Amino acid sequence: MLELQNINKSFDDKQVLFDINAKFEPGVPNLIIGASGGGKSVLLKCMVGLMKPEKGNILYDGRDFVHLEYEQVKEIRREIGMLFQGTALFDSLTVAENVKFPLKMFSKMNDSEIKDRVNFCLERVQLGGAGEKYPAEISGGMKKRVGIARAIAMNIKYLFCDEPNSGLDPITSRVIDDLLLDITAEYGITTMIISHDMKTAFDIGDKILFLYEGKIRWQGSKNEIHSAGKEIKELGAFIASSQI
Amino acid sequence: MKFFFELGRYLLFLRSMFFKPERLSVFVERTLHEMNNIGVGSLPIVAIISIFVGAVTTVQTAYQLISPFIPVKIIGTIVSDSSLLELAPTITCLVLAGKVGANIASEVGNMRVTEQIDALEVMGINSSGYLGLPKIIAGLIMIPCLIIFANFLLISGGILAAQLTGIMPPNEFIQGARDTFTFFTLSVSMTKAFVFALIITSVSTYEGYYADGGALEVGEAGTRAVTRSCIFILFFDFIIAKLMLNA
Repeated sequence: MLELQNINKSFDDKQVLFDINAKFEPGVPNLIIGASGGGKSVLLKCMVGLMKPEKGNILYDGRDFVHLEYEQVKEIRREIGMLFQGTALFDSLTVAENVKFPLKMFSKMNDSEIKDRVNFCLERVQLGGAGEKYPAEISGGMKKRVGIARAIAMNIKYLFCDEPNSGLDPITSRVIDDLLLDITAEYGITTMIISHDMKTAFDIGDKILFLYEGKIRWQGSKNEIHSAGKEIKELGAFIASSQI
Repeated sequence: MKFFFELGRYLLFLRSMFFKPERLSVFVERTLHEMNNIGVGSLPIVAIISIFVGAVTTVQTAYQLISPFIPVKIIGTIVSDSSLLELAPTITCLVLAGKVGANIASEVGNMRVTEQIDALEVMGINSSGYLGLPKIIAGLIMIPCLIIFANFLLISGGILAAQLTGIMPPNEFIQGARDTFTFFTLSVSMTKAFVFALIITSVSTYEGYYADGGALEVGEAGTRAVTRSCIFILFFDFIIAKLMLNA
């Protein structure tokens, strides 16, 4: 389980996150939604340690990520997988080498076991035949799937996804959503998805957190979001603008 | 203030690189790959420049020393000493700052703007060490080798030019070069090579690592890497000359 306690973050004089408190359970996708500039990506970067909040705690199964020593932070990071908005695949490596990378760096597997694990991960995201291709030779949707395969290669406990549907057509977007939903349930991992896509929220949002101007304005599930939108004007406006 | 901010950040960046590699075999593999890029990849340009600089230095020295009272073998002495002390390390490293430095800065800068460095960090990898240290070690091994190669070709270019233009026969050139050769001169050349190698690789990696934005900023990081490396090379050239050759 991942817990955020009183997270505050600012850049110079501008505060972008205000006392964020939330709990994210394993086994179901947790969505953080909100308009651009609302602090979603900053919150995600704080959660994975790419930024440090000024105040607050980030607890990974009770371990406070913010106040640990660098070596202990590295240990937690090996339990984390991340799908970046731009996929962040290593463009000098093939698809298979990208998936192999974390295994080669950290696992104690031998070459044959690594090869089997890479093939399994690529098959799991329906990319069995694309291992020898380079990232520049595959489509945006395939890159996202390679990113997911690389993220799950190491038996992770936490998966972070930054705008997994950005730049994808509706069909590919649905494929990625289903894949994230299945993987989260199958491996029992704690998945955090940052999105401004309401379709994703309606499809897989078992737990949704609405961030507005750096503050949590609402938390609930996809079944409650419409009724909440009628009561909370910012959420209602966000839902309406997403459906235009 | 900006100078001190940059200097402090550069020193902290250097410190952050020195770590125990996550996987030694990957580190060695990356270092060998960088040695190939920096060393083998630079051989043709270093060879061409060295031969021509050696040839031009010989012709110009001969032009300035036409006198019946000066033995012609002095030209060999001047060319070989100039090559060892200044031309081979400094000219070669200024060229390498352009070729290797721009390449490193754009490669690392591109990784920064496409979030590949963030991906390394999220995986629990020391990104500065993973990317920077193999390049620095490869530079410290290969650039001195290139300087030795450049020294050899500079003198060879000089001998060739002296022979082809009729300035003097090769044996006189070699005799002149041998007359004043000392290992101390070679050690000055190698000291410069190691210091310049550290400057080229570390400054270029630093500039790429802190590139921020998009393609335009990656280009700017490449330009900054080359100009700053060249300035530091010339500055430390003077410092080393003053410290080691202070008569």
